[in-house]
Amino acid sequence: MTTNNTTARKKLIEVKHLKQYFNAGKANEVKAIDDISFDIYEGETFGLVGESGSGKSTTGRSIIRLYQPTSGQILFDGQDISQIKHRDMLSFRRDMQMIFQDPYASLDPRMKVKDIIAEGLDVHHLVHSEQERGARVNKLLDLVGLSRDHATRYPHEFSGGQRQRIGIARALAVNPKFIIADEPISALDVSIQAQVVNLLRDIQKKQKLTYLFIAHDLSMVKYISDRIAVMHNGKLIELATADEVYNHPLHPYTKSLLSAVPLPDPVAERARQRTDYNDAIEFDGQQRTLQEITPDHFVLATNDEVIAYRKLAQV
Amino acid sequence: MTKILDVQHLKINFATFAGQVQAIRDVSFHLNQGETLAIVGESGSGKSVTVRSIMGLLANNAQVKAGQINFKNHDLLKMNARDLEKIRGNEIAMIFQDPMTSLDPTMPIGKQVAEPLLIHGKATKKAALHRAEEVLELVGINNAKNRLKDYPHQFSGGQRQRIVIAMAIVNNPEILIADEPTTALDVTIQAQILELLKELQQKIKTSIIFITHDLGVVAGIADRVAVMYAGKIVEFGTVDEIFYDPKHPYTWGLLNAMPTLKTDSERLYAIPGTPPNLLNPPQGDAFAPRNPYAMVIDYQAMPPFFKVTDTHYAATWLLHPDAPQVTPPLAIQKREAEYQILLHQHQTLAQRSNVNDHE
Repeated sequence: MTTNNTTARKKLIEVKHLKQYFNAGKANEVKAIDDISFDIYEGETFGLVGESGSGKSTTGRSIIRLYQPTSGQILFDGQDISQIKHRDMLSFRRDMQMIFQDPYASLDPRMKVKDIIAEGLDVHHLVHSEQERGARVNKLLDLVGLSRDHATRYPHEFSGGQRQRIGIARALAVNPKFIIADEPISALDVSIQAQVVNLLRDIQKKQKLTYLFIAHDLSMVKYISDRIAVMHNGKLIELATADEVYNHPLHPYTKSLLSAVPLPDPVAERARQRTDYNDAIEFDGQQRTLQEITPDHFVLATNDEVIAYRKLAQV
Repeated sequence: MTKILDVQHLKINFATFAGQVQAIRDVSFHLNQGETLAIVGESGSGKSVTVRSIMGLLANNAQVKAGQINFKNHDLLKMNARDLEKIRGNEIAMIFQDPMTSLDPTMPIGKQVAEPLLIHGKATKKAALHRAEEVLELVGINNAKNRLKDYPHQFSGGQRQRIVIAMAIVNNPEILIADEPTTALDVTIQAQILELLKELQQKIKTSIIFITHDLGVVAGIADRVAVMYAGKIVEFGTVDEIFYDPKHPYTWGLLNAMPTLKTDSERLYAIPGTPPNLLNPPQGDAFAPRNPYAMVIDYQAMPPFFKVTDTHYAATWLLHPDAPQVTPPLAIQKREAEYQILLHQHQTLAQRSNVNDHE
């Protein structure tokens, strides 16, 4: 799915110098996102990885406009989302949907599955009769691999994996172009994770969706993503194709992160050489920007560091 | 090798409004002195219930239907609460999953770490605090002396888990039970905690039961592995046997479903369906409905353990002499092949480093 001529592809999301500070100007100011820029191309899966507190979930929430950015711009299909008027918000939300982490907390326990799935349809007036509504719900249930009899049941009657399928059906109901999946599988068991990831990929192919896939499980992100951005301390520190990030990581933090990924392979585990990362180098006061080291491989660096990284990349 | 803990034919039911949930259905295993045994399984497979029964920490509606847990010539299941208290936190200690909830937010950490010593009457208050400082230093809390009076909220998640570990090892337990100790942590912190556990095992010579659902973590820490499914152990063996020569179709599925950094196939292998409801466990092999290799007998009778090697057993009818020969999934065959290559590489690497050492 990866192509090299990314320049020719259409940008669906453009994030430009986004800053998201909480408690701005106060003593307890938190720079959750500190000047990040990236694009997401139409039809791709963009993976966002980082440890807790790195700002990856905040990035997703800013893009879907759950927060007002402190500064910077987010363009969706060329339109600045912070400029969207209140009356146009509805159609914006139709194009962009979210799948949440916890399938237990994100479904209303007092609503039937069919009402959960059809809530978006009702809000956006996409169906005009009870019959049409039922037909759409059935179609969505088929799509996510649930049985049609499930429509009249309540969330507590389902397992975690099935609930996540309900969450996916709800997101798909309004025919979105773009889906933000914030740790959609981390609450699920291994054997169920694979089912949900396969489902997400199948639906992407069928409906030509674009994904922002946020997760901390690096093996899964590598598997599902075309390109990956690594975040740390609110900054985007490395961005490249999935294979490039894993095979030729350049930033020391990315290297350290990859060296810590547990592998289901005892011999490899015995030989593991973990590299520690000291984030002091990020706070030396120098200005760093995201710079292209090799084609389509970006690293947060000063001008001097760029030269060093280029040398490193040639080896 | 001496067995330090021996669990025999354990059966545990939970009484619920819907009926009896058969959470543990005839589980037997043992722990050797000084080893790390990993118990792997999905949620609901019974791995946590098993270890909680060892600690006598079962919920009120749990009923032990049968079985023995032998530790030092005593059956822990028959012991009264008083005697069990003498063992719990002393000879057998436990590390829980979530460091946020297993520490008391209103008590300084020094006091919390010293508490097991005081409860078991092993030291005076002053000596206990001194020992707490030592142990906190051991688990990697820098400048422990000045941090004894700090509260849990003043530490990061990884540091809190180190404190929880300090609490568990302060009495030099003979058995340490770790129930998903790294699940709530980031990968880099997880790697550090796992390294710490391995290091501590060497230093204080303890045996570890490690509960997890993450096969990557198992590969790094375990000497032996037991795979649980639907309240039963379906396969156990040394870590290499389970990862490179697995025999049970469920183990195949688990290993296959996990993408590694090398996976590049279009689709992940997913085990179809969901685990059975243990209110009415199926008659034969509980995994049969999800098992593409299931035979008629799998639906009729529970498979016994078949011996693969002296250390490796699997409960699947596929190992019966009369069963048809099946070839495991391609990815599992590859594992075996990769194993040979890896072994070879490491031998040459080891030789090379030996040569370098001599120079």
